[in-house]
Amino acid sequence: MSEKNFIENDFCITFSTVNGSGSATANTTIMRALFKMGIPVSGKNIFPSNIQGLPTWFSLRLSKDGYLARVEKDDIVVSMNPATLSKEIEYITNGGVLLVPDDYAVHDIRPDIIVYPMPIKKLIKDAEVAPGLRDYISNMVYVGILSQLLGIDLDLVYKALDFHFKGKLKAIDQNFNVVKSAFEWAQHNIEKRDPYTVKKMNGTDGCIMSDGNAAAALGSIYGGVQFSAWYPITPATSLAESLIEYLPEFRIDPDTGKDTYAVVQSEDELAAIGMAIGAGWGGLRSMTSTSGPGLSLMSEYIGLAYYAEVPVVIWDVQRVGPSTGMPTRTAQGDLTMVNFISHGDKNMIILIPGSINECFEFGWRAFDIAERLQTPVIVLSDLDFGMNQWMTKKFIYPDQPMDRGKVLWEVDLEKMLKKHSGEWGRYRDIDGDGIPYRTLPGNMHPKSGYFTRGTSHTEDAGYTEDPVIWETLFARIAKKFETAKKYLPNAIADYKQNAEIGIISSGSADPAVVEARDLLAKQGVKTNYLRIRSIPFNDEVGDFIFKHKRLVVIELNRDGQLHQLLTLSFPDAAAKMKKSAHMDGLPLTARWVEKQILENEENS
Amino acid sequence: MTTQVAPSASLNLNKVGLSRNDYKGAPSTLCQGCGHNGIAAQIVAACFEMNLVPEKVVKFSGIGCSSKSPTYFLGRSFSFNGLHGRMPSLALGGMFADRTLKGFGVSGDGDTASIGIGQFKHLVRRNLPMVYIVENNGVYGLTKGQFSATAERGLMLKKQGTNPYLPVDIAMEALISNATYVARSFAGDPKQVKELLKAAIAHNGIAVLDIISPCVTFHNHENSFHSYSFGKQHEEPLHEISFVPARDEITVDDFEEGTTREVELHDGSHVILKKLEKEYDPRDRWQALRMLEEAQVNNWLITGLIYVSPETPSMFDIYNIPETPLNRTPDSKLRPSRESLDALNDKMF
Repeated sequence: MSEKNFIENDFCITFSTVNGSGSATANTTIMRALFKMGIPVSGKNIFPSNIQGLPTWFSLRLSKDGYLARVEKDDIVVSMNPATLSKEIEYITNGGVLLVPDDYAVHDIRPDIIVYPMPIKKLIKDAEVAPGLRDYISNMVYVGILSQLLGIDLDLVYKALDFHFKGKLKAIDQNFNVVKSAFEWAQHNIEKRDPYTVKKMNGTDGCIMSDGNAAAALGSIYGGVQFSAWYPITPATSLAESLIEYLPEFRIDPDTGKDTYAVVQSEDELAAIGMAIGAGWGGLRSMTSTSGPGLSLMSEYIGLAYYAEVPVVIWDVQRVGPSTGMPTRTAQGDLTMVNFISHGDKNMIILIPGSINECFEFGWRAFDIAERLQTPVIVLSDLDFGMNQWMTKKFIYPDQPMDRGKVLWEVDLEKMLKKHSGEWGRYRDIDGDGIPYRTLPGNMHPKSGYFTRGTSHTEDAGYTEDPVIWETLFARIAKKFETAKKYLPNAIADYKQNAEIGIISSGSADPAVVEARDLLAKQGVKTNYLRIRSIPFNDEVGDFIFKHKRLVVIELNRDGQLHQLLTLSFPDAAAKMKKSAHMDGLPLTARWVEKQILENEENS
Repeated sequence: MTTQVAPSASLNLNKVGLSRNDYKGAPSTLCQGCGHNGIAAQIVAACFEMNLVPEKVVKFSGIGCSSKSPTYFLGRSFSFNGLHGRMPSLALGGMFADRTLKGFGVSGDGDTASIGIGQFKHLVRRNLPMVYIVENNGVYGLTKGQFSATAERGLMLKKQGTNPYLPVDIAMEALISNATYVARSFAGDPKQVKELLKAAIAHNGIAVLDIISPCVTFHNHENSFHSYSFGKQHEEPLHEISFVPARDEITVDDFEEGTTREVELHDGSHVILKKLEKEYDPRDRWQALRMLEEAQVNNWLITGLIYVSPETPSMFDIYNIPETPLNRTPDSKLRPSRESLDALNDKMF
């Protein structure tokens, strides 16, 4: 094969294995080694709701142009699961590669596919691996063979293993020896017939690798989280577990040796939210993390926190619903539920991070917003962000001091009383921005205490059923959500010269939209793009909609939930906004987005 | 019995310079004669006598008649009236804000023994230091007279007919969830309620008080377990209980040798239990369970300190929480430094 026919740093490898077989270690090792070679990579774990024995896939995309979205076709398939082999072959691109253990029966394979059999059993036997570890370590054979075939630097494979096994030499060596012998075997026994190759580049400068849940947890730590209550649920579990992992490093008071935080695994989500709201009311930076089913359970308490004006941060790492749905697959299907959560009229603050870095940023920012506005803040992440490893810009230190909102301690309350002829009320709108002042338990001023309730109350926190008082106070709460807009992250608009089409999207749909816009531009179809980052929508959203005659709202759900909310907020624009929603549990692809835009152009 | 109490500057003021009025709340809106009002009065008395500063007390409740009652005591204290059956979780989060506060949770049998039984038992299991009062009347009062889970089998109510189920025993539920303080009392026995409350306040852990508190409107039949008349006629105390605060000298002159049992609580205070008919050691969990079983089988209303384990670590001990209130932690101790993030970024792959 001549040099110019090589496909360099721009293809997709899918690893097909059974879960519980240790393949995740092998797959992330390859991904990390490629990342260290400076090649932009993204990995998608497609896994079953099961612990051991069912098919699982890991798609690893290399993109010299830095695209991180999922792609629909595989260039290379490493098949370690005979049960799914025939299906995977269908997805291999024309002229693609199949690596398969040499004892698999491979019949009637498409003639265009290049097959490399791998002597897994023999190499593992030669490596003298302990019988109990054979299954796990056999995955290292394909790490070695692929490294040789593609040109992955073995030193970087070693580095990746070192990181994974946290420097434990025995484990590193055991795995690396297999990688090395497989590499050497391939050197002597495989004649390369495929075009795929990797080469060092500098596409990952200033980047790190993280999953969104770890980023959210770390962001929360830089936001000064003091209390987290949670209940295990895929795909949110690793967010709380990351808090548990990292908090001891940062938040044991060196003066006292005591913990300045508490993470409580509750008995269920009903309790998790109750605890988080109790702590938020008590003046702690308080959070919970869950997924759709958990959020459904939390609904009633969130309504109380809204009406009683208690700050709390709730992370919803979305998965496919309704009901148990597809617990291990990704979706943007909770948006309308979150917007209207709990009974009665209300407003919800929703933050939607669109990258791993924003998971970190919204981790700390969410506390500032919740305490400033004294209301629940729901952050909508999803499984794709939460559980997959992504390359992302290094985490950025908060650019503003912590905003603890309108809290009155003893001295502040005394001043307030002097200024207002001896009176204050927990729910009075003194500043005219709809946000009242609050005192916290433990405040020793005899006038600090007040009664918090989800039942109707006066400005001074007394019980009432007076219709006028109800309506006045309830209108004042609504006003907070006008004030809110200046505290929320703006939508980000990107305009191209003479573009007429407006794309609106949010969250993890972003990578597919970004890539699709480039694909479209190559065909002369110019687009503008608005990525929504918070609700209530700020003015940028209205401006963007106003400026376009044709808009397409791209999202990963069935009903077009973002489209629904935009239609409610901008009813005059309903006719020109096209719903483009799709949800099969997999992240969106650029090809799909491209097709949506082109179809919309044809039809308009 | 006598205890030597330091004389106050004024007879009407306690050691923290407050009068009984400083512990009162808004006038009750519950029914005349409701057992809950009597309990609220004893909470006022206990807090006054224990010299608690109202600002150092925080109240929690769920939903139901009982859960309304925090309005009727300690009006200066912070209070949070949460959701049905979900006071325990709310209280847990709230108490972490400042561990130096004394917590009171007030719940009912509907709130605790039905929707809230899970949260109740888990709060107990975690040993969060607070007083957990169940005002137990066997009936849903606020919805006008339905059976609760603590109603006895065979009870007849106007709209519901006859209750076919055996009751949930709150004290037993607490005990088998490893509660560190379990008591049962009767709203018609205010002295005992008060002494049990004082010991509960001093206890470093969860203190569950199952107080039979008759509902005069919907459930006060002559012979039903939760009525005044039944309680007055059938209450059988395990012992006569007195609470002696820490640093007060115990003078046992009035007690005959071998007639009392003392339990020292975590803060150095004591519970003095004067023996009545039978020997009873509240530190013996097995004996406590057997007593509760017998009482349930025979429909006996046995009251007193059922079980106490003063030295079991509290949830705050387990969580290594500082004595200084978490909610007063300065921002500088909450947000890690810029340098630490640089180091973290370098450490990430």
